[in-house]
Amino acid sequence: MKQIKVLGPGCPKCKTTYNNVLEAVKQTGIEAEVTKIEDIEEMMKYNVLTTPVLMIDEVAKVKGRIADVNEIKQLLSQ
Amino acid sequence: MFDWLQYFADWLIYSVFGISAKTHLGEALNFFVFDTLKIFVLLFVIITVMGIVNSYFPVDKVRNFLSRNKMHGLEYLFASSFGVITPFCSCSSVPLFIGFVKGGIPLGITFTYLITAPLVNEVAIAIFAGAFGFKVTALYVATGIVLGIIGGFILGKLKLEKYLSSWVQGIIANAQTEEQLQGEKLSLWQRFPTILKEAINIVKGVSIYIIIGIAIGGAMHGFLPTGFFEHYINKGQWYAVPLAVIMGVPMYSNAAGVIPVVQVLVAKGVPLGTAIAFMMGVIGLSLPEAMLLKKVMTWQLIAIYFGTIAFFMILSGYLFNIIL
Repeated sequence: MKQIKVLGPGCPKCKTTYNNVLEAVKQTGIEAEVTKIEDIEEMMKYNVLTTPVLMIDEVAKVKGRIADVNEIKQLLSQ
Repeated sequence: MFDWLQYFADWLIYSVFGISAKTHLGEALNFFVFDTLKIFVLLFVIITVMGIVNSYFPVDKVRNFLSRNKMHGLEYLFASSFGVITPFCSCSSVPLFIGFVKGGIPLGITFTYLITAPLVNEVAIAIFAGAFGFKVTALYVATGIVLGIIGGFILGKLKLEKYLSSWVQGIIANAQTEEQLQGEKLSLWQRFPTILKEAINIVKGVSIYIIIGIAIGGAMHGFLPTGFFEHYINKGQWYAVPLAVIMGVPMYSNAAGVIPVVQVLVAKGVPLGTAIAFMMGVIGLSLPEAMLLKKVMTWQLIAIYFGTIAFFMILSGYLFNIIL
């Protein structure tokens, strides 16, 4: 099971990324736990500088921009 | 430089649609088509170029560079210039702030970056160039950089660390230089598709604001007589610039939405410096940003930060009014 985390303080870009992740997970039918991290102190443990950050299994895959559904599907299939 | 776009707009409106150049409608539509296309061409080109630069200097690298090198004051110039080339979204300001102080970067330099980043970015530059030409844009970019340097320097000298939230002070105490980043070794050719895709996304994202901005601008263009605002706001009124900044701070918009409106304000008689001061207030300082910063700063520090920046925005407004 994959651990997917979306880090962002709740801006529109972060919400879009989160929704894209949900959509990608649904489309691929992969088993994944999707968490959204909005708390700034929690976020800083991951050493992020720009948001949103998309993490798959504790590795930051996309930083500072919106990842679209196809891109996330590709990342999930790796 | 944009003659070909003017030919296209003329051809489309006057020949294809057959609306006479002498009618108000023909003139307005021509203006709308030309202006929209011009701004989109500029946006796309500038965002792509910035995207390439940014791909080689992501913000992580900037942070490590600033945290490793002590440059006797030059680091302010670097921090401010990096603020220009890195894309910025106000929701990133807090993680960025923490990330910088965590890397041992002094507070003043962190502020410098935070001041310049929202004021001068790729979208602002593109729309500014479309609205006011390259000379005014160059002056604006230079002002933004200097504003960041001076503002950050002064805030740094004020020893404000004690006004940070306590958990952030803990972070500063444990600050350490970050280790070497593993740089991606990709050729420009491999990077380009991602850069282009991102550029298209940004243009798509701001396009609605630009079109609304130009539409409002177009309407004001058609209905307000030239010199309309001159009556109320002119260079002779010393309080116009401070008022413009103070009015701008509570408003929140990105550069894309506010610049086309500012362009019309200027066309209808608001002095350019006053209009730019207003614009800086709108995009550089905002209440939502203050709410976000509350997580890392006390109210006193936010007030000092906003006050200092607003003061320098007012100063640049006067400066623009004198030299333009």
